[in-house]
Amino acid sequence: MLIPHPLLGPRDASEFTYLGDASLMNRPDGMADGAEAAFCEYVFLRDNPAGVHRELWFHEHGDRSWLIVTRNTLTHEVLGAELAHKGGQA
Amino acid sequence: MRFSGFRVLQQALTGHKGWGALWRDPAPKPAYDIIIVGGGGHGLATAFYLAKTFGQARIAVLEKGWLGSGNIGRNTTIIRSNYLLPGNQPFYEFSMKLWETLEQEVNFNAMVSQRSIINLFHSDGQRDAYRRRGNAMHLTGAGGELLSQDQLREIVPFLNFDNARFPIKGGLRQSRAGTARHDGVAWGYARAADQLGVDLIQHCEVTGFLIEGGRVQGVQTTRGDIRAPKVGVAVAGSSSRVMERAGLRLPIESHVLQAFVSEGLKPNIPGVITFGAGHFYISQSDKGGLVFGGDIDGYNSYAQRGNLDVLQDVAQGGMALMPMIGRARLLRSWGGIMDMSMDGSPIIDRTPVEGLYLNAGWCYGGFKATPASGYAFAHLLATDRPHETATAYRLDRFHRGYVIDEKGVGAQPNLH
Ligand SMILES: Cc1cc2nc3c(=O)[nH]c(=O)nc-3n(C[C@H](O)[C@H](O)[C@H](O)COP(=O)(O)OP(=O)(O)OC[C@H]3O[C@@H](n4cnc5c(N)ncnc54)[C@H](O)[C@@H]3O)c2cc1C
Repeated sequence: MLIPHPLLGPRDASEFTYLGDASLMNRPDGMADGAEAAFCEYVFLRDNPAGVHRELWFHEHGDRSWLIVTRNTLTHEVLGAELAHKGGQA
Repeated sequence: MRFSGFRVLQQALTGHKGWGALWRDPAPKPAYDIIIVGGGGHGLATAFYLAKTFGQARIAVLEKGWLGSGNIGRNTTIIRSNYLLPGNQPFYEFSMKLWETLEQEVNFNAMVSQRSIINLFHSDGQRDAYRRRGNAMHLTGAGGELLSQDQLREIVPFLNFDNARFPIKGGLRQSRAGTARHDGVAWGYARAADQLGVDLIQHCEVTGFLIEGGRVQGVQTTRGDIRAPKVGVAVAGSSSRVMERAGLRLPIESHVLQAFVSEGLKPNIPGVITFGAGHFYISQSDKGGLVFGGDIDGYNSYAQRGNLDVLQDVAQGGMALMPMIGRARLLRSWGGIMDMSMDGSPIIDRTPVEGLYLNAGWCYGGFKATPASGYAFAHLLATDRPHETATAYRLDRFHRGYVIDEKGVGAQPNLH
């Protein structure tokens, strides 16, 4: 798999470390009501879709940036990549 | 027909004309007492024990492809009971005991071969960890012994003992571990279940559930609605996709794991060997092929194929451990989709939908669990109580804080 890095161009996926669903960027508010249940969902439950998936990849053997990669989990086709801090709330 | 040595001889003398199909190919009936979704190892074993041990009738197994088309026919066939944690080890030892009598029980040659597993260690810390694990194994009667480097040099002289970076200092051996013919296991359970009256329905994909008032009433399939008061789901890598249709979000990510087989070689590798300094494990099949693998690819996938960098990583591990395999040619490789759970351990439990039961989260270790998983799931479906070795495999353990994390790496599926 090649990941189209927005700054460095196409890079081999083996340069990256995979974290998981990009919704992990939306950390629940630990002070809000129901925080415990919200954190249980956040830590343990996943949509795990068959199809288009937005996910976090860390360019560990590269510029050490976090990317949000959009990829089809049925075909491994990479549909796009953006810097995570620019991707905003996923 | 009962299989036996006599039968083989008789058939040999009469031109092998008397072998029939191993199971019927029934059309789905409108209703059953129990429906099992998924005709892999776990679904077929569940149906068998439901009919045989728990005396249930009117059972159907619904499989979207053909029997054994999933992970049961894609794994590297290793069976072992060398776990550490109390939630796991008694269950896997129960499974090992079932393996030891499986072939007589289902009257099918599944080529169960207790040729041992050796987990190598390369440092003092790793030795201590394996010693602890060995002690945990002894608590369940699974056996296990610590081997010194000298003992290893006799058993597996071809290892790269003096690797400068990762010298091999010894290993933990479980002699009762080994391998089994993976699809033979599926066929054996399928044939035995069919003979007990279970309907094995192939090319029948479950597309939804009939749920009324929080109770399951049956399933929707590509071959029409089928009703049943109890539905057990055992679809391995497809667990999230299927359970989503019952409104559940699971503590699971689907990942791809690859396996590799070399050309056939003379018998050389005595049992299963695992490298302790990188992810690489190997055994030799009865046909002579070296069967080996390593890490999962590490990203969500439903594609049943992996990428080349994992092959490179696995091959490097193999070369570090046993340079003699460097000249063997790779014949085949393939991938399977596994349900990686958030703590690396499985789930056998009821769900919030009454009458709907879940068997999932087997990660890359569910083949060895096939007999016990089927037995425990059948126990749960028939009696509504968990089997005594499977009480820790609750769906709500994540929320309650009772995770079973053998490696202690946390809720990160690609690290388990
Ligand atoms: C490469 C590889 C190597 C492995 N090596 C080992 C090993 O050495 N030792 C070990 O213990 N484990 C190993 N495993 C893991 C083991 O194979 C699995 O954990 C186990 O087989 C999963 O259970 P199963 O046999 O029931 O799954 P499967 O055989 O995958 O059965 C699930 C079935 O459900 C069906 N299904 C899915 N969706 C639907 C639907 N909607 N309707 C109807 N049917 C459906 C599928 O078609 C499939 O046949 C390995 C796995 C892989 C991929």
